[in-house]
Amino acid sequence: MFSIARCLVMRDLLLAWRRKGDVGTALLFFVIVASLFPLGVGAEPNLLRAIAPGVIWVAALLSSMLSLSRLFAADHADGTLEQMLLGAAPLGVVVAAKAAAHWLVAGLPLVAIAPLIALQYDVSPALYPVLALSLLLGTPVLSLVGAVGAALTLGLRGGGVLLALLVLPLDVPILVMGAGSVEVAAAGLSPAGQLLLLGAALVVAATFTPWAIAAALRISIE
Amino acid sequence: MTDAMSIKWFWFASPQTFYPLAGWVARASGILAALLAAAGLYVGFFVAPTDATQGEAYRIIFIHVPAAWMSMFLYVVMAFWAAIGLAFNTRLSGMMARALAPTGALFTFLALWTGSLWGRPTWGAWWVWDARLTSELILLFLYLGFMALQAAIDDPRRGDRAGAVLAIVGVVNIPIIYYSVQWWNTLHQGASVSLTRSPTMAAQMVAGMLLMALAFWMYSIAVSLARVRRIIEERGEAGT
Amino acid sequence: MSQFFAMGGYAVYVWGAYGVTAACLALEVFFVLKRKRETKA
Repeated sequence: MFSIARCLVMRDLLLAWRRKGDVGTALLFFVIVASLFPLGVGAEPNLLRAIAPGVIWVAALLSSMLSLSRLFAADHADGTLEQMLLGAAPLGVVVAAKAAAHWLVAGLPLVAIAPLIALQYDVSPALYPVLALSLLLGTPVLSLVGAVGAALTLGLRGGGVLLALLVLPLDVPILVMGAGSVEVAAAGLSPAGQLLLLGAALVVAATFTPWAIAAALRISIE
Repeated sequence: MTDAMSIKWFWFASPQTFYPLAGWVARASGILAALLAAAGLYVGFFVAPTDATQGEAYRIIFIHVPAAWMSMFLYVVMAFWAAIGLAFNTRLSGMMARALAPTGALFTFLALWTGSLWGRPTWGAWWVWDARLTSELILLFLYLGFMALQAAIDDPRRGDRAGAVLAIVGVVNIPIIYYSVQWWNTLHQGASVSLTRSPTMAAQMVAGMLLMALAFWMYSIAVSLARVRRIIEERGEAGT
Repeated sequence: MSQFFAMGGYAVYVWGAYGVTAACLALEVFFVLKRKRETKA
């Protein structure tokens, strides 16, 4: 089972590597969105420091949303997806592997770039680990829940926007916990509560979303 | 002697058999709704006393709280029928979930609208990021997402089943969303406003709220059964 | 009677809430019934 998963992840990573542009644009979007807020609200340092965790997290949500509509579309177009549905590998493993690959390509880089954005917002460096850890725990959940939306909206007109409409409300707890963990740390308190909740959310999502994604794929394909 | 195995569980699962039943239940519920609303409004306006702090403005509670209750209740019912439809592959269950969504969305909107009008005179703002109002707003997004997804899918069966998965994922999320928003609300101080009454509410106020809640419930049954009859007709399953 | 409509000065809010609620519910019923007419036609 793990060899199947690893094989699928490597395949998706290879495909993403061949189209570095797609990956790059989503990351660039993250940076651009985060840069827009100071232009909109003014450059007052105290204000920016206060809104930074929220802005970074919202930008992460939107950025991960961008690449989700492509998650199954390419495989669907050339028939690979049907093969996966018919194949011997458990569909839950297959979709979990695809979501994992999506996270490696669209979520993990955000963890690396976020401190740079935090620097722009003059966030105290002591908060960088909390920010990175919150994103590290939260972005996989975004990929998993987003994959449910991607499977449901496969092949539909208005796909990308509809996907965002479906998934963003479901992402709200992750946003609240993630941004909240940094804000709590900024106030001098321990972010352990929020981070543990994020970890719990990750465990729950990893356990249950593969069922939902697989069910949604079967509904969308048949 | 009847036991569980001899009950015809799926007797009314056929759209054709359910269609006439839905018709007269809808009419009966509609009449009940009107009577209960009349009673509830009478209690709310003429029996319940004026509030000491909020004056007459608090009377919005008699539609705000029942609407909010219905918005949450209908989503759970919607998800229930969606789950039944997925589990037993019954067509009617999916149609019922589809029929419930617009009514649920409407009550969510009304909860937000009445909440806003209640908040303005009492708390000075048209909108407050109160934990319940914020959760209600997200619930509205969940309803609208469900309806948008079904509207985007041409094949009715795929639409029913895709919506079902979404509804189930949503219903699992609702408590999580509520608690995370409530936590968020307490973290960001200045949001100590709450549109709930103190626990020691006058009995007449509780009575009025319950009557209106029952009225809204009967109304929801009437409208959603009427709508499911339309869906049955549109899919050509009403029979002769 | 006028005291009833004035609602202690909160008329706009109370009747705004009840009025929109009544209107929305009536509209919903209207649209469901209207859908019936279209199907039967």
